[in-house]
Amino acid sequence: MNLRSIAFILCTLFPLLALAQERDSVIHSSIGWGRGSAIHPSPAQERDSSSFATDSVSDMMEVSVYARRSEEIVPSQRLGGKRLQALSSFSVADAMRYFSGVQIKDYGGVGGLKTVDIRSMGTNHMGVFYDGIQLGNAQNGLVDLGRFSLDNVEEIALYNGQKAQIFQPARDYGTSGSVYIRTRRPRFDEGKVYNLRASLKGGSFGLINPSFVWEQRWSKRITSSLSADYTGASGKYPFRYRRVLPSGQVAWDTTAVRQNGDIRSCRVEASVFGNTSDGTWNAKAYYYDSERGIPGAIVSNVWKHAQRQWDRNFFAQAGWTKHVSDRYKFQINAKYANDHMRYLNPDTTLMYQDNTFRQQELYLSTAHHVELLPGWQMNLAADYQYNTLEASLTNFVFPQRHTLLLALATQYECRRLRLMASLLGTNVWDHATKGITSDPVSSATSRWTPAVYLSYQPLRDCPDLSLRAFYKSIFRLPTFNDLYYTEVGNASLQPETTRQWNLGFIYSHDWYRGIFRHVEVKADGYFNRVDNKIVAIPKGSGQYRWMMMNVGKVHILGVEATAETVMRWHKDWSLVLCLNYTYQSATDRTDPTDNDPYYGTYGGQIAYVPWHSGSVAGNLSWKNLGLNYSFIYVGERYHTSANIRENYEQPWYTHDLSASYRWQLPRLALTFALECNNIFNQQYDVIQNYPMPGRNWKGVLKVEF
Amino acid sequence: MQPQSPTNTLYSPPLGGAGGRVLSLLLLLLSILLQSCRHDIIVWPSEEEEVGETRQDSILGFYLLNEGNMGSNKCTMDFYDYATGTYTRNVYGNANPTVVKELGDVGNDLRIYGSRMWAVINCSNKIEVMEARTARRVGQVNLANCRYIAFHEGYAYVSSYAGPVQINPGYEQKGIVVKIDTATLEKVDTCIVGFQPDRLDITGGKIYVANSGGYMFPNYENTVSVIDLATFREERRIPVAVNLHHLIADARGQVWVSSRGDYYGNASALFCITDPAGEAHVRRVAAPDGADLVVENMTLCGDSLYVIGTEFSYTTMQNQTNYGIINTRTRQVLTTNFITDGTEASIVEPYGIAVHPHTREILIGDARSHVNPGTLFCFSPDGLLLWKVRTGDIPAHFAFLVGTD
Repeated sequence: MNLRSIAFILCTLFPLLALAQERDSVIHSSIGWGRGSAIHPSPAQERDSSSFATDSVSDMMEVSVYARRSEEIVPSQRLGGKRLQALSSFSVADAMRYFSGVQIKDYGGVGGLKTVDIRSMGTNHMGVFYDGIQLGNAQNGLVDLGRFSLDNVEEIALYNGQKAQIFQPARDYGTSGSVYIRTRRPRFDEGKVYNLRASLKGGSFGLINPSFVWEQRWSKRITSSLSADYTGASGKYPFRYRRVLPSGQVAWDTTAVRQNGDIRSCRVEASVFGNTSDGTWNAKAYYYDSERGIPGAIVSNVWKHAQRQWDRNFFAQAGWTKHVSDRYKFQINAKYANDHMRYLNPDTTLMYQDNTFRQQELYLSTAHHVELLPGWQMNLAADYQYNTLEASLTNFVFPQRHTLLLALATQYECRRLRLMASLLGTNVWDHATKGITSDPVSSATSRWTPAVYLSYQPLRDCPDLSLRAFYKSIFRLPTFNDLYYTEVGNASLQPETTRQWNLGFIYSHDWYRGIFRHVEVKADGYFNRVDNKIVAIPKGSGQYRWMMMNVGKVHILGVEATAETVMRWHKDWSLVLCLNYTYQSATDRTDPTDNDPYYGTYGGQIAYVPWHSGSVAGNLSWKNLGLNYSFIYVGERYHTSANIRENYEQPWYTHDLSASYRWQLPRLALTFALECNNIFNQQYDVIQNYPMPGRNWKGVLKVEF
Repeated sequence: MQPQSPTNTLYSPPLGGAGGRVLSLLLLLLSILLQSCRHDIIVWPSEEEEVGETRQDSILGFYLLNEGNMGSNKCTMDFYDYATGTYTRNVYGNANPTVVKELGDVGNDLRIYGSRMWAVINCSNKIEVMEARTARRVGQVNLANCRYIAFHEGYAYVSSYAGPVQINPGYEQKGIVVKIDTATLEKVDTCIVGFQPDRLDITGGKIYVANSGGYMFPNYENTVSVIDLATFREERRIPVAVNLHHLIADARGQVWVSSRGDYYGNASALFCITDPAGEAHVRRVAAPDGADLVVENMTLCGDSLYVIGTEFSYTTMQNQTNYGIINTRTRQVLTTNFITDGTEASIVEPYGIAVHPHTREILIGDARSHVNPGTLFCFSPDGLLLWKVRTGDIPAHFAFLVGTD
């Protein structure tokens, strides 16, 4: 495909919209479909336990039909509402530790980089969507989930493959796994036109985190939300390394304070939401500004580092959904993002570096949903995306990328069978200008990738149980750094592909009386293949010289199981319990010649993937008092795929406890909470030589008007 | 903590019936739980492996310094004992179990001088000084971004990238050579040289230092600094080629220096400097077919200079590899592949080299992927593989231990 075909496709799709706009909207009534909110059916227990939630009718978005979890066609996991608030989590990354099949790479502290890897396919395969639109990073493909505070987040949902609905932009079909972060939508009590909430958190590492939210209802159809927060932390925490002799005697034992892990950041976010008689629209602007130290690896004789990083992220996005008729609806989404990053290494004993990077992204999407026959739907989406990167690096080429995505998806429901299939066409044109020593580079990639999801209710009389299966093939493009980073980049890289096969079941049942109100059990087994994995390979003659190559292969065999239950008794008591377990065998299949049974990398478990991991979270509440406990376990791992003693990383597990009390006054509500994380003060590394904080405390005070 | 064998746990209580089965199951679960717990981390003990034939020689053995990938803090030292034919991994940890955070991050050079062994640990900003016989720590000299070491009459000379900073329109920082008293481990003097100095050697009362300019990309350095030993001041510069790295002075006072190339137009190459009476003459030493040698590392034994290296070529999109020997008297390249039994096919990245001064056996360290264990190959003087053994990560620098009696 070429640019002319993009133009053609956009021209054919957009007139449809224009046409739709003019059409009369009498055909349909205005119930129910606020934003097609079946997208995020809230978990049952969230409804149950939201004792102070305001189920106001004024908010159409909440009047969604709660889809039965057992009908869920795509394996997914969600955290929202009170449960999300109850977890002692500061950022989205912290909360995601409670999902199964997910590995968090955490470099420690409030400001440390935290990235998420789903089912061991690699961080770059995870798409992160913020209020419906993907957060991009064409430079290195990483989204630091440590930067998204939970203050204004209503729900985090994780999907294996893609979201469980077809009415969505093409880009939503383009990742191996997706995280949807949804910020809070304004909701108002009867007779109220505004909500004000302010909170102050403080605690260990010199953490101070004031935040503020103002929600206003301007008219029956228009609401807005403005939220802002500031995070400051010294990032100083004590850590300890200790070794013993084989006799058990202490060989050495040292305690130091983590340095250069400070952060100050501020976030301002403004959103407007509107309903029309036949659809919804929203617009949002987001600004984030931060300065942080990069704490670095703790190695012999080096206990602190001096590197700094500044980030400035801005984006503005808007979406509009219109129900033209009972059979046809469409949505348009657009986004502009501008990210600025400065990296400074002021350490004069090392290479002095002061580099700035600026990325820009423009994104346009249109999706059209048609109900062909009752139970049979079709969606056609086309997205266009433009990315650029400017860098102050010597000899840096100025890369640009045009991406055109076309997705055709269909969903079919026939009594006990539900089927979803999609085909995504990706067309990419990369161009990089001439550097000092390199010629201009242009390349084009064009691929079609399918996904098929199936769910089936095996017992006619038991809608609580369903079986599900999916297959998805997708790829990630080499990032700008992979392709062009001075010296390291390799412009001839191919995309890195993943193929996923999944088979599982879900059982879920609700009761309206008795102690048990909700029980849900689900388990999935899967096999994933990663091919053409982009790996840094040393290229000889000179130190620290690497080149990106498409050589890696990984086979991942895994099982995930989740069980949760909601219990209630004596009208004031409730207990929510959630258990997660993941087993993964993620083996390196790169080099069949490196096959020594003991230290060979072929067949070895890949870096930092534990065989066993899991979590337990419990929330006990009595009236306005809540008590939360959580336990996270990550089993033994190796930091490279040579699984030898020298590369061994210990299991780690932390226990967190928190208590909260909500005090309802006539005109305002106060919430106090106290958290103690890592109660037993475990000294652990998630990443080799990056010590994590021991026991730490946090206090929260929240005021709502 | 060694996990108990699950079978033992399962069947040890001779209980019958359902109660027994439940108990067994509980015990099994308990053993799994215990296994999944954290335990004290034991200082890496040594690991021994029999690899070669036993032999009596005044050269008792050799140490191998494994660099360890940057940030991994996995620089380790192995020892091969000729008397027993035993290869021991991680002798430093065993000899010095109480040293906090072990040997350090990225070892860059290893030399024995007298009864002491000096290991230059680049990213740990230190030079570790040990007893040569036992690898027991004597002390440490702190020196930021230290690179290579040479000795002369009771002093160690160490190159370092971390010289004084000059904030002129740009930002420039010349490197230094630091003079260290080997008896007191005190730094006694500093001499400023070119940008990012690497390997250095001493001949004819002069220190020759290969300046790389590796931080100055794409404006690499292209000179060798000449320091007068008596005054310890830089005397002059000899222009050679971009991005110089290794430098060895031979018995005739010739200085062999390698260029890493600039990774684009200029490939890696080898040069020979003759410097009689301060009038430097630089020759490019190439293979008989005119091709430049790729120099990842080199070592001198008698009149033979052994050069190994592999380099990725953007023109052929393949690695060019050579295992060369140069006659330092005639400056002729005798061979570009001294391995005669085809073993080179299984070497991924030749990285470290040493030649036994008596037997002329050739040792080659294969760095492989840099993050996983490397391999040490030992070849006969005819290039036939004698033995190979697993090493630490990035086997790179060798020092032969000579018996004192």
